[in-house]
Amino acid sequence: MTTSSNLLWLIALPLFSSAILILSGKRANSWGHVLATIVSASSFTIGVVEFFAMHGRSDANRAVTQKIFTWISVGSLNVDASLMLDQLSICFVLLITGVGTLIHVYSISYMSHDHDRRRFFAYLNFFIASMLLLVLGDSYLNLYVGWEGVGLASYLLIGFWNQKPAYATAAKKAFIANRIGDVGLSIAIMIAFATFGDVSFAGIKEHADEASSTQLTAIGLMLLLAACGKSAQFPLQSWLGDAMAGPTPVSALIHAATMVTAGVYLITRSNFIFDEAPIAQLMVLVVGGITLLFGAVIGMAKDDIKKALAASTMSQIGYMILATGLGPIGYAFAIMHLLTHGFFKASMFLGAGSVMHGMKDEVNMRKFGGIGKFMPFTALTFGLGYLAIIGVPPFSGFYSKDKIIETAFNAGGIKGIALGMATLLGAVITAFYMTRVVILTFFGNERWGHKDEPAESPALMLIPIGLLSIGSIAAGFIFSKGDGLVNWLQPVVNPLKEHHAEEFLPPIIVSLMTLVAVMIGLTVAILKYRGDQVAQAPEKVSVLVSAARRDLFQDEFNEAVFMRPGQSLIKILLNLDYILIDGLVRSVAATSLSAGVRLRTLQTGYVRSYALMMVIGALALVTTIWVVTA
Amino acid sequence: MAIANYLYLSAILFTIGAVGVVVRRNAIVVFMCIELMLNAANLAFVTFARVNSNLDGQVVAFFTMVVAACEVVVGLAIIVTIYRSRRSVSVDDASLLKQ
Repeated sequence: MTTSSNLLWLIALPLFSSAILILSGKRANSWGHVLATIVSASSFTIGVVEFFAMHGRSDANRAVTQKIFTWISVGSLNVDASLMLDQLSICFVLLITGVGTLIHVYSISYMSHDHDRRRFFAYLNFFIASMLLLVLGDSYLNLYVGWEGVGLASYLLIGFWNQKPAYATAAKKAFIANRIGDVGLSIAIMIAFATFGDVSFAGIKEHADEASSTQLTAIGLMLLLAACGKSAQFPLQSWLGDAMAGPTPVSALIHAATMVTAGVYLITRSNFIFDEAPIAQLMVLVVGGITLLFGAVIGMAKDDIKKALAASTMSQIGYMILATGLGPIGYAFAIMHLLTHGFFKASMFLGAGSVMHGMKDEVNMRKFGGIGKFMPFTALTFGLGYLAIIGVPPFSGFYSKDKIIETAFNAGGIKGIALGMATLLGAVITAFYMTRVVILTFFGNERWGHKDEPAESPALMLIPIGLLSIGSIAAGFIFSKGDGLVNWLQPVVNPLKEHHAEEFLPPIIVSLMTLVAVMIGLTVAILKYRGDQVAQAPEKVSVLVSAARRDLFQDEFNEAVFMRPGQSLIKILLNLDYILIDGLVRSVAATSLSAGVRLRTLQTGYVRSYALMMVIGALALVTTIWVVTA
Repeated sequence: MAIANYLYLSAILFTIGAVGVVVRRNAIVVFMCIELMLNAANLAFVTFARVNSNLDGQVVAFFTMVVAACEVVVGLAIIVTIYRSRRSVSVDDASLLKQ
């Protein structure tokens, strides 16, 4: 394998910049955002250079590594802190630094009125560094460090405006849900070490076929739990909606384009485990299928534009997770959808931020309406993202989502039909709720209830959105041209290892079915929302709608199943501690106290009685000696 | 005269001293009784020195006298101080150090 000394700089630059911004305090207020953006752009430049260098090499020699230092060397456990850049990681590096840089630029303007903007950029840089470490680590342990880092960055940024208690709670909720996944990842690492005596990707890949299927299934399920936590998949999905408490650029970067896709990365990176563990792979499919419908249903009922987009993110990541469960060919399509989703979802989130900017931070879509003519550029770019996500050809979402649906149908048997129908139904619902978002926001009557007309956002915000929109238009076509991305990723995920000889449905039929599905969703939404709307959400709604408004009772479920029993358990343990442990300690104290009280009465203060006692004692001593020796 | 008689005398003197310490209230008398007990012990030491035909007991008797002299100095000082503050040399009156 080739070595490279550039990889460390990718991570070190944003990390140093983050430290500088944190440590230099208010002095950096005037230039902090500039430094952070330049550093992020530098990382992107290094990524591009590395990409072209990699592109120039032959397939077998593309991966590069860099050992930084020997981290752990205990007995048979040897872990180096080393980085590995291969065909899979480079996709992420370019996505993270590319989208990251655009969002840095956007934030300069978006956060310009916030007096804590420097801190915001410090956190953003820290996030970039952690996320790069996550995708560049060459072992599960290195990945874990980045994994925790992005969790922390996510926590800090969701709670960025932590003066509002609800936002602080949302940050905590995200952190706790992520912790559950993190525990899964750490258990997976432990099982992997117990099984293989190694935690590096290369080492485990080499010996994956030697392990028993039980061990592989256990590792796979634990990795899936980790992915569920980080990627907001069922059953750990409830934090994502609340995470929208963070500033909008954060929602775009962390909770749409990059961090929440870390679970997809983890499963794709662990393809050698999932390919050998059919039960774990089936669970991946189930989780992905449930989440893609779950998120889509929630998305239909949300009036908060950011929460609707968050539900959509959840659903789209469900697609990706489902694709990773489809075996070798699915990984490449999952990554393709991940990349296109990174573009169009980030652009839509930034568009939502632009709308909020113009509407004085209003997020309720029922109070929008007709914004299109006041903010034409935002409306146009949002519309491009919209066409991409619902999968209209030739926009990027069409290529990636169509491939996933096609692969799902080709999974074979009843499983294939069920998965295919689920993804197809997801496409219908996606078309419906995204059309709803667009109509409620940009079309129809003006419902904001005040005289001020929304103005278009400044150029610094519009340029990044425009660049991302280009990605939403072209990315899918570029990735799928001549199976480009599939062939590119082939050495990592082996998608060509097994060919499905029989196809359940010819690709053209699947594409047509998808288009019909999209048209159905689109038409229903247009029919339902074409007229004038009112600024109030309807009160009398069906059970389904009210359930979806309340996130399908995910919080109530968590509260009833985990929180309340957890609190009862703690109460029991507390009582046990109070009665048993404390009781033991207290009874020791009480015993010596009462003994002291009784013995105290011997102390009369009369010298003569002490003297008498001494005499008696001396006599007793002498008598004893006499008796014993006699 | 039998050696044992010296030891009997020593035991009687010690007992008188011990009883005096326990029953008498006057600090001066108690003090004198302590001296009596010390001297009873001295008598026993000297007797045993004679029995064993060496000087160890004699030497210890001298040490005892030195210690007794020091003790008298300190003890009398305490008694005088107590008398000055309480106008009494009864040991039962000086019973504040309790419970």
